[in-house]
Amino acid sequence: MNILLYGMITGILFGMLMQRSGVCRYDAQIGLLRLKDFTVLKFMLSAVAAGMVGIYFLRDQGLIELNLKPALVAANILGGIVFGAGWALLGYCPGTASAALGEGRWDALPGMAGMVLGAAFFARLYPGLKGNLLVSGDLGKINLEQLTGINHWILIFALFILILFLFRFWQKNEK
Amino acid sequence: MKPDTKGFWSPYVCGFLTGILVIVSLWLTGKFFGASTTMVRSAGMAEKLFRPETAERLEYYIKIQPGIDWQWMFVFGIMIGSFFSSLFSRSFKFTALPGMWQKRFGRNLKKRCVYAFSGGFIAILGARLAGGCPSGHGLSGLMQMAVSGYLSVFSFFLGGVLAAYFIFRKRSSS
Repeated sequence: MNILLYGMITGILFGMLMQRSGVCRYDAQIGLLRLKDFTVLKFMLSAVAAGMVGIYFLRDQGLIELNLKPALVAANILGGIVFGAGWALLGYCPGTASAALGEGRWDALPGMAGMVLGAAFFARLYPGLKGNLLVSGDLGKINLEQLTGINHWILIFALFILILFLFRFWQKNEK
Repeated sequence: MKPDTKGFWSPYVCGFLTGILVIVSLWLTGKFFGASTTMVRSAGMAEKLFRPETAERLEYYIKIQPGIDWQWMFVFGIMIGSFFSSLFSRSFKFTALPGMWQKRFGRNLKKRCVYAFSGGFIAILGARLAGGCPSGHGLSGLMQMAVSGYLSVFSFFLGGVLAAYFIFRKRSSS
């Protein structure tokens, strides 16, 4: 089947799951950044918990390959903080903006216009950044196993426990 | 504080199903979830249309080719999926003034659009600098236990929580 059709179908299912759980609402996104509503993080970490196991199982069977983004310490941290500031102003991240628009939240539209214009602006900054900021603190395409030397299944188990602990903590605090 | 959960499906269940979706999609196509590269491809397509000479000169559009790919269709599909899901569940609603926004800034539509636009602009600059957004670094990165994912997600929240604190600092009643 056509790769584009796969992308579309995967997107449709993901959009449905975000819409039905309400994670693409401004109030849920901002609620998280104001540390009042952890719905979005519950969704994310549940996906991460399931995904981790499946991805590393398939990888160990030789059925898929990991596609790690390079750990660029300066760019990841600085870019991440800048992203966070924009996220708090808009109230949606790129993926949830698309879902928000789908359910009629048209304030996502100027947000997406800003993103496209911002991307065009970044294309102008790129030649100046690629030689310095974008390569400073380059650790390469590594995962936690390569960083720590601990077997990936032990790490997955530890992260699982951590995620369950967080879920329990939030459930208790919401009563 | 108890979040507003009425009418929604469990975020745990929907998140878990998203994890399964990632695995199946990855198995079938080898593609990881992501969204912010699509904004670059869209910008490239628009520039190619209106100013082809400039677009061809820019190195970033050579690195990230303008055009429609798996991820572009994925981001577009998210909108379609959300549209039908909201229609079937009768939760579709045309609105641009979210509740929490109104509580803080009132019903000023122009202000909301300015905030949304500048927020999107700033967010994508950060995402491109960091090399991804909460889909690429957040979901795909954390799932693969990528060091870049953990660094970026921590920074997304650091920047986001700080910015939200300053944006909502005054008369925060909710």
